[in-house]
Amino acid sequence: MTGKSATSRKMLLLAPLLLFLGLAYVVPFLGVVRWSFTLPEPGVGQYRALLTDPLVQSVFARTLRICLVVTAATLVMAYAIAYVWVRGSSVQRMLAEFCILVPFWISVLTRAFGWLAMLSNRGLINTWLQSAGIISEPLALARNELGVIIGMTHFLIPFAVFPIASAMRSIDERVLLAARGMGASRIRIFWTVFVPLTYGGLIGAALIVFVFALGFFVTPAILGGGRSVMVAELVYLRIFQSPDWGLGAAISVVLVLFIGVLLALMRRFIKPAHLVG
Amino acid sequence: MPQSIQLGDAKAAEIKAVSIGKTFGAFHALRNLSLDIGRGEFLTLLGPSGSGKTTFLMILAGFTAPTTGRLMMDGKDITNVPAEDRSYGMVFQGYALFPHLTVEQNIAFPLKVRGRSSADIKRKVGEMVQRVGLTGHETKLPAKLSGGQQQRVALARALVFEPSVLLLDEPFSALDKNLREMMQQEVKRLHEETGTTFVFVTHDQSEALALSSRVAIFNHGELLQVGKPQDVYERPESRFVAEFLGEINLLPLDALRLEGDRAAGQFEERTIVLNRTMAMTGPNAVAAVRPEHMVICTGPQNGDRNAITCRVEGATYFGASTKYHLKTRRGTSLAVSMPTAATSPIAPQTDVWVSWPVHQGFLLPAGG
Repeated sequence: MTGKSATSRKMLLLAPLLLFLGLAYVVPFLGVVRWSFTLPEPGVGQYRALLTDPLVQSVFARTLRICLVVTAATLVMAYAIAYVWVRGSSVQRMLAEFCILVPFWISVLTRAFGWLAMLSNRGLINTWLQSAGIISEPLALARNELGVIIGMTHFLIPFAVFPIASAMRSIDERVLLAARGMGASRIRIFWTVFVPLTYGGLIGAALIVFVFALGFFVTPAILGGGRSVMVAELVYLRIFQSPDWGLGAAISVVLVLFIGVLLALMRRFIKPAHLVG
Repeated sequence: MPQSIQLGDAKAAEIKAVSIGKTFGAFHALRNLSLDIGRGEFLTLLGPSGSGKTTFLMILAGFTAPTTGRLMMDGKDITNVPAEDRSYGMVFQGYALFPHLTVEQNIAFPLKVRGRSSADIKRKVGEMVQRVGLTGHETKLPAKLSGGQQQRVALARALVFEPSVLLLDEPFSALDKNLREMMQQEVKRLHEETGTTFVFVTHDQSEALALSSRVAIFNHGELLQVGKPQDVYERPESRFVAEFLGEINLLPLDALRLEGDRAAGQFEERTIVLNRTMAMTGPNAVAAVRPEHMVICTGPQNGDRNAITCRVEGATYFGASTKYHLKTRRGTSLAVSMPTAATSPIAPQTDVWVSWPVHQGFLLPAGG
């Protein structure tokens, strides 16, 4: 009984957040759901259009493709950074922390323009390569899918580093010593003991990155240059630059449902507490 | 009973530590340690935490490099041989099982590392599973096993590749008393069956005495004494060893005289005679006697014994034995432990005599 009242008192602490989420997200989203069934006329016409419109389908396909590539690239790089952060010397740890936290603090807009300055046809990389005589024509690094992938990967790495590093930190050092004592080489220990013991963190990181990537707007809008439109940008275009609110709303609903399913999957694999360092 | 299976050509190694020292910054974890570990012996490294016993085990395993000194195995210098090339079995505190591998896969790991054929691995793992009594648990993950079962997996994994040395770092510290005793017997049996050299670290003196062929006692990074359990218990060479191995009564002696292989001194107007077991320098010494070597009686007994007068202060009942707390006339506290069945209860404040055979007492330096 005291337990029950203590629980409800703790719920009170959550109340402001729940209230805010309800008013700022849930209620407006219900409005979006209603649009998707009522604009321009009542019915499931917009959802039928989703299944047939080749433009919408190509945007969904591109979004999935970019998200998968970004997730894979992010996991590989985040794993390396997390490894140095958790198991490196104190100097290496500081360096890794710097590499993780500095981009984390800089706004996504600033970073996207930063990458544009690096990758565009007259950007730093192409200018250097051309002045060094390595290439004669600029490489297409931005205003295409490659640019979007580079920018998104850079943005998402810290979000993958935290759960992976958390999994690495929870490995019992003695387990690794035991493997060494049994004669296992360092490479063997890494692949047969260390990596399998971080699978939980890797799955968590993959889901976080993938879900996050699905809703990306600013980075693809700037680095894709309108040529690599992803789902979130498509919603924006439909609602702000055309009168087609119903289709934009239906795309939003589908995206939210898809992410909901992924999050439910994530809950089955890992506990949320494991995701934070 | 698991049937006895020969561990093939398992051979036991002989290890010689020569003036091993280890410092961590300004901290001396080990000082000038020299110790010979015999082929096939069961040596226990005993000491309080921070005494250097675990550091020495880690140096033996090759996980820690000594700052000074050398380590020899069968006559070869192995000081700089890394752990993965020493091929010693090791059981860690907390077992350090691979949490993502089943019992079978854990035990197979060292064999896979050695590139054994899968038929060979299957046979060896099967033998080992049976040997440590894990039949029926082969496909379970460590998290699904009890502490005792995890311990068995750790032992099986450490012994399956027939190492020449098995190192055990406080393997029983997480087990309750009954399980602990069972596993101690199990380890003793495995030692006898394999004939491998076992080096065992513990801070539990009764465990050390019960298991080992020899005990090495550590304190503050120094090796104080090495010997058979009975020798270190009954003939400790220092106050620390005497007190660490079990409760001991210390009687300050005056006017110490040395006569041949005996020593005599005065304690509260009575002459105490002792065997002279070690060189004594100064004139001040204490007579040391274990509580279980003393008896309470009604008068000074005859024969080759010492006796002093005391008053009973109280008693603690331990089931099989009862411990009496006494004070001598001038206030030195004594403890006497006697089998409960052999005595009738003695009321507090009773004046009694406490007596012990001359050969059960030994001299220790005073205040050291």
